Amino acid sequence: MMEHRKLKASTVIVHLLLIVLVLINLFPLYWMMTFSLKDNDEIFGGYLKDDAGTIIYDEDGQKIPVERNMIGLPRNWRWINYNRALNTGNMGRYFLNSLVVSVMAILLTLLAAFMATYAMTRMVWKGRKMMNKFFMLGLTIPIHAALVPVFLILSRLKLLDTYTALIVPYAAFSLSMGILISIGFMGDIPYDLDEAAFLDGCNEWGTFGRVILPLMMPATATVGIYTFLQCWNELLFATIFVSKGEFVTLPVGVKQLVGQHTTDWGPVGAALAIATIPTMIVYILLSRRIQEGFIAGAVKG
Amino acid sequence: MKRALTYRLSIIAFLLPALILFVGILIAPIIMSVIYSMHDFKAISGADMNYVGFKNYVELFSREMVNEKGAFFTNVNYMGDALVNALILGALSVFIQLPLALLIALKLSKGIRGERAYLSIFFMPVLISTVIIGQLWKNIYEPDGLLNNALGALGVKDQLFSWISSHIYSTKMPFKGAWTGYKETALIAAFIPILWQYVGYHMLLMYAGIKGVPTDLLEAAQLDGCTEGQVNRHIIIPYIKPILRVCVIFAVTGSLKSFDLIYTLMNDTRRAELPSTLMYKLTFLNNRYGLGSAIAVVLIILCFAFALLISLAFKDRGEKVA
Repeated sequence: MMEHRKLKASTVIVHLLLIVLVLINLFPLYWMMTFSLKDNDEIFGGYLKDDAGTIIYDEDGQKIPVERNMIGLPRNWRWINYNRALNTGNMGRYFLNSLVVSVMAILLTLLAAFMATYAMTRMVWKGRKMMNKFFMLGLTIPIHAALVPVFLILSRLKLLDTYTALIVPYAAFSLSMGILISIGFMGDIPYDLDEAAFLDGCNEWGTFGRVILPLMMPATATVGIYTFLQCWNELLFATIFVSKGEFVTLPVGVKQLVGQHTTDWGPVGAALAIATIPTMIVYILLSRRIQEGFIAGAVKG
Repeated sequence: MKRALTYRLSIIAFLLPALILFVGILIAPIIMSVIYSMHDFKAISGADMNYVGFKNYVELFSREMVNEKGAFFTNVNYMGDALVNALILGALSVFIQLPLALLIALKLSKGIRGERAYLSIFFMPVLISTVIIGQLWKNIYEPDGLLNNALGALGVKDQLFSWISSHIYSTKMPFKGAWTGYKETALIAAFIPILWQYVGYHMLLMYAGIKGVPTDLLEAAQLDGCTEGQVNRHIIIPYIKPILRVCVIFAVTGSLKSFDLIYTLMNDTRRAELPSTLMYKLTFLNNRYGLGSAIAVVLIILCFAFALLISLAFKDRGEKVA
């Protein structure tokens, strides 16, 4: 009886500690949401203003003081901040750019990784193990290796500030992990299927396209999610290869927007929220799969 | 014979897209970076390329770097500092972040109610762009931001500030709450968001590893009367060593490569310079392509060296345990 009660007390303490950690985890996000709906006068204390930023006076012609409200819920929900971030801040465009770049990079990674994996696991030739090891070097190579040479090549080819400038490098740097994950999945497909396809008159291309590819759907999801997360939040390549113009991706766009509104917390908060919310929705829907993608990458690497 | 030839050709064709991407964007640039690092040039066309041998590496670790306007960055060995900062971040990650992650992963994996929900929440910050996290924490660290206001509300602000002024700051200026504005506090200020963002990542990997420990092993240990601490120390931790190795490698090489957070958190990255931020400034703000390439080469070598060293360290210990 005593032991049972003791056990319970320790469980409660563990839960309490975990809940404190959860609050620490969520608080910055809660705070971001609240200040995205306030203006500076509410955050730091000041005088009441309307959405256009003009001071509102009371009947006696006096300014109306606003009490400082840094962490509480907004008293006056200023959705106009979101309008500003979307319209003057171009967040919608940045969002679309990130989507195009990520999707194209995923397709390119999948194509290259599946084809190479097929050659290295289901075709017989000398040196395929060596080739695999060669590709695995990419897991350790930092992206800094490519920075200066690729920048110089892109600028000589006049490809800076285009989608291509990001799609190709992103695919290249996701490739090694893509191959690593694909090898695991493709190894699980029975080799009898290849023989059956061969007897039915399929050559390698037919086997790859009609037998193997359809069975690689789970790998597509894992590689796709991994590549997506690599590209969606990437900053270093994005800052240097697409620093201006209409093809800027979300991280760079947010950084620029923030630079223009440094002192105006509301629109900055709205931009941060607009960039965060879609990722969070995807995570809530696919949390298990996303976590598996990360685990697959790390455990095999 | 003809069949063998077409088979060979199709092997090449299957490998071709991956090889073009991999060699074109990863392997060839490494070689080019090595070559560039031995040249001095400022034109994108490379028309003014001059062979200078190891001069860039010497300049990198000296106390003076030069741009077209003459000397800049004088009196401080910025690359040396940047590497030290990166290694401090790596050490903080290994000795604070990883133990914390392991502790929580061990607790969570033992069948606590709602373990998946906890895990999912802890992992969530990994998916948020570091630009956003950097900006968010910038607002927290502002002189009139959340942290200083919270300290004020707790009534400890003045004592803490004067303590920092007299004990930590080397300047004579009193500390007024600019956490990221001074060398002495900037690196720690940068570590806290990193800890906040990535503790869940390591926790997830360790949790997955612990869930992979065979249950009969754990049951046998329990039957033998092992306490929870003994099970953790003698069964679980040795079993998940390969994952711990990956976590340590990620923490150290991740710190060496780290760029996003410092770049967004600080207006002046000199307060907590890292190799990447220095490389960015030298290469793309001052057009010192050779010098920037030298940093890239140093980073490539260090990443491989640390990955190898950490793997060796784990192998040794593993053998001793066995």
